[in-house]
Amino acid sequence: MSETDTRAGTTAVTDDETPLLKVEGLVKHFPIKKGLLQRQAGAVKAVDGIDFEVRRGETLGVVGESGCGKSTMGRLITRLLEPSGGKIEFDGKDITHLGTSGMRPLRRDVQMIFQDPYGSLNPRHTIGTIVSAPFRLQGVEPEGGVKQEVQRLLELVGLSPEHYNRYPHEFSGGQRQRIGIARALALKPRMVVADEPVSALDVSIQAQVVNLMDDLQDELGLTYVIIAHDLSVVRHVSDRIAVMYLGKIVELADRDSLYASPMHPYTKALLSAVPIPDPRRRAAKSERILLRGDVPSPIAPPSGCRFHTRCWKATQICKSTEPPLIELRPGQRVACHHPENFEDQAPQDTVLLSAAKEAAALVADEVLAESAQTSAAVAAEKEKGPESSKEGAGTEAEAAAEEAAESASKEPGDT
Amino acid sequence: MISYIIRRAIAAVILLLVVTAVTFGIFFLLPRLAGQSPDQLAAQYIGKNPSPEDILAVKQNLGLDKPVYEQYWEFIKGIVSGATYNLGPTTAKCEMPCFGYSFKNHIEVWPQLVDRLPVTISLAAGAAVLWLLSGVAAGVISALKPGSFFDRAAMGVALAGVSLPMFFTGQLALLVFSYQLDIFGRTYVPFTENPSQWANTLFLPWCSLALLYSAIYARLTRSGMLETMNEDFIRTARAKGLKERKVVVKHGLRAALTPIVTVFGMDIGLLLGGAVITESVFSLPGIGQYAVQAITDNDLPPILGVTLLAAFFVVLCNLVVDVLYATVDPRVRLS
Amino acid sequence: MTELTKTGAAVGEPTPSGEGPRAFLDVRDLKVHFPTDDGLVKSVDGLSFQLEKGQTLGIVGESGSGKSVTSLAIMGLHRLGNRGKNVRMSGEIWLDGKELVSASPDEVRRLRGHEMAMIFQDPLSAMHPYYTVGNQIVEAYRVHHDVDKKTARRRAVELLDRVGIPEPDKRLNSYPHEFSGGMRQRAMIAMALVNNPELLIADEPTTALDVTVQAQILDLIRDLQKEFGSAVIIITHDLGVVAEIADDILVMYGGRCVERGPVDTIFYEPQHPYTWGLLGSMPRIDREQTDRLIPVKGQPPSLINVPSGCAFNPRCPYADVPKGGITRTERPELREVGGRHFTACHLSQEDRTRIWNEEIAPKL
Repeated sequence: MSETDTRAGTTAVTDDETPLLKVEGLVKHFPIKKGLLQRQAGAVKAVDGIDFEVRRGETLGVVGESGCGKSTMGRLITRLLEPSGGKIEFDGKDITHLGTSGMRPLRRDVQMIFQDPYGSLNPRHTIGTIVSAPFRLQGVEPEGGVKQEVQRLLELVGLSPEHYNRYPHEFSGGQRQRIGIARALALKPRMVVADEPVSALDVSIQAQVVNLMDDLQDELGLTYVIIAHDLSVVRHVSDRIAVMYLGKIVELADRDSLYASPMHPYTKALLSAVPIPDPRRRAAKSERILLRGDVPSPIAPPSGCRFHTRCWKATQICKSTEPPLIELRPGQRVACHHPENFEDQAPQDTVLLSAAKEAAALVADEVLAESAQTSAAVAAEKEKGPESSKEGAGTEAEAAAEEAAESASKEPGDT
Repeated sequence: MISYIIRRAIAAVILLLVVTAVTFGIFFLLPRLAGQSPDQLAAQYIGKNPSPEDILAVKQNLGLDKPVYEQYWEFIKGIVSGATYNLGPTTAKCEMPCFGYSFKNHIEVWPQLVDRLPVTISLAAGAAVLWLLSGVAAGVISALKPGSFFDRAAMGVALAGVSLPMFFTGQLALLVFSYQLDIFGRTYVPFTENPSQWANTLFLPWCSLALLYSAIYARLTRSGMLETMNEDFIRTARAKGLKERKVVVKHGLRAALTPIVTVFGMDIGLLLGGAVITESVFSLPGIGQYAVQAITDNDLPPILGVTLLAAFFVVLCNLVVDVLYATVDPRVRLS
Repeated sequence: MTELTKTGAAVGEPTPSGEGPRAFLDVRDLKVHFPTDDGLVKSVDGLSFQLEKGQTLGIVGESGSGKSVTSLAIMGLHRLGNRGKNVRMSGEIWLDGKELVSASPDEVRRLRGHEMAMIFQDPLSAMHPYYTVGNQIVEAYRVHHDVDKKTARRRAVELLDRVGIPEPDKRLNSYPHEFSGGMRQRAMIAMALVNNPELLIADEPTTALDVTVQAQILDLIRDLQKEFGSAVIIITHDLGVVAEIADDILVMYGGRCVERGPVDTIFYEPQHPYTWGLLGSMPRIDREQTDRLIPVKGQPPSLINVPSGCAFNPRCPYADVPKGGITRTERPELREVGGRHFTACHLSQEDRTRIWNEEIAPKL
């Protein structure tokens, strides 16, 4: 299997350097109607301008809390929803506004796995009917006949071919999720978008399904977009991870950088909130960053940086200027004026907002001190030898950040 | 909330306009489309062997020779502000809401309807109280002990109640309790004249009608309660230590009643438009009986009047139900 | 069952019936069986544990392990509702010196919400959609306290304030759907604590919540326990949550306890293969990235046809280690393997230590 693994890996890279999926400025607003005439009174800004790409053969994890727009994003890139704006390119082809017929060939390449293994399988259909549905819909006659192919798929996902004539209710949750996976794989898709694929499953079963998805990726060279709220699971399955907050991507980085040194304060808070299955760490609870209150409404998201109402580092610039998502370190893109583990992007702006002071009260002093220290250390290193930083991206990012900071410092005067 | 009510009320008015248009279309437009000339149409309003003069008069009075949209406009205008009819030598002012004249006895339709409405309301209201009490109670008790003797018995009776036609149960009740035992009267007396006599005559129709409906309500309540009593919030109510009776009534029934309110609104609306069979069986001079009479006489204006009145009640009751729904379930107010 | 009791007695565990309680909450050989058309569902099948005030017990298990039914049985809620009409329950539940299994339903009802209270997984469905949050808390208070509405409202405001709901006097008049998920769970907790219960049972209190909110709620439960000094049972499938909050852990499988002990021993010296399986299945954020998770093979057992012998034997990788197929024929007893640490497994102590040290621990 390791052989197939490397083969899939290398072909994916050498084949084509362009990303499999490229998303630019993607927006989805759900209108809210109100009043006597049902005029549009506003919109739920579920996804509000996000850019990212999915590389061939990789797994992109998308995390965030409920209401951050991650599920909407999943439905947009599979085009189950019509975007309100922006651009989606799959394999170099613009699919943003393709109609049903235009999407048909694409449906073979992009498949979706859903959270609820109970709700997504028709209880009146046999497993054979369910898994062979994609063949019928696409009018595809697989080699050796539909039945044989379905049985091969069932075996592939660890079910018995004899399950062909059974009904969904005869299976446990984990087995049903396997059926969902078999159905998604029927047409040999290139990309699979999985929305909370394991969150409805028991822990021991969760591991089975995670491993299965892992094996299938190796065997079939799949590209995954995995949307989940469980940060441990996402870390385990992903190569790169996007963190969403209120319809925006606040940080997009490769897995190890993100978990080792998160730059966005929200990412840091999110990671610190994960309960650690290690009772001895309980003593070190001071690492935890408790966030104040709830996520604001996506109908009227906060100005500037959307996290500024709950961030313990927020200053005036955070309220007035939206930080761009820029690559501060190679492979780590962050949208923050005062990132953690990196030099401050707006060092001139030092006065904390009053909300930030309240938020900081919930953050342990050690955490605050540590973050100040790391930022200073990174800044000092940069000053020592800017030429030693080999990456052009870094300086580019700096320039971009400076620009942003400048425009930001101007803006308060305007308002 | 107020904007919600206004929006619903406007929708109701529009719906009524559509109903009038459809009704109007059925009675005046369809015959035209089917090839009837205005003369033939007018002849229907006169009776057997109409003379050409009569036909001409009717035609002019009803404006049958005018274009259709003008006729419809006159028709609506009549309902809203009254109309004046030229009856040859004299003119008759038909007060609003004017649904025209019966061409059998030349009496205005609307006063006739107003006359008969109390009977129908008495019948519907009394029966509604009976069937709500008995049906909901039976449903609740059945739901609390599903599979018990009471449950099976109640559901058996319910099945019988739904299956037996009114002209069977009603006639049987009349035969036994009125003709043979002579407990209940058979002549309707208005409430204002003699309340006890009023109740005495209406008791049998109430019960017969209630039997039919309570059967439906018992089943509806039972399934609603069975579902509700499995809800998480019922478990919470019990976890508080509430007495079971309070759990059932305050927490269970309140939630289970919401769909019943909807059905109840529809049923009342329909009944107010005339409980045709019940009124015929028990010879109650209500809207339903009026409609039957008009149909046998082929008397179009009363039929038109009853139809519109019935539609009005259905729309009105639906409006009330929707507003009530929003009051009962705070979650509805948002949307 | 008698064997279980005997062994238990030998190590100071479940005492034979007739003796008084050994702890504030003392559950002994609890069995809850539901007869159904398909057969007898043995949701809980011989469970014993103790819990003192000020302590937190975490009950861990997967769906169908019997953990929720246990909590409902303690609350006396198992027999209410459509499923519980013919429930068969045996054993003893001692709460603060009172025995609940033999008590009349009305006696248990009086304790419910007063001395023992419960919070549920999904606060949206657990609160009545038609009544305001305040109304529901006031109701909970007035069931057990003969006070007027005004007093009860003051109490409700006090509690809402305590659980961290801003502007409690205004939020009192909101409906549950107008609250966010986290706020609803706070309100649920306020409702449970309004009568100062001595036992608080939290059934998956944070499963429906986001991580950052989960952290807030766990923090709140911990603080409140310190303040009120009540005994707390947290039921969850998330080992991370129990590691954060529990003093003792009880691992359930197929309606039985397979392992029980202080939180540290369960995490650092687990003795039961199922506990090993749970630890191996879980991706861990605090460790080096592992390539693969080590799942437990197979499916959870049916509670109607619980496998004979050890319920875990069909899924256990070490089922054949003990000789003579004993794992398939004989039900293992809960034995003490260390200080207050019990496990029900046929593996010998040496085998367990060896497997844990050589095969399991290095892979976690």
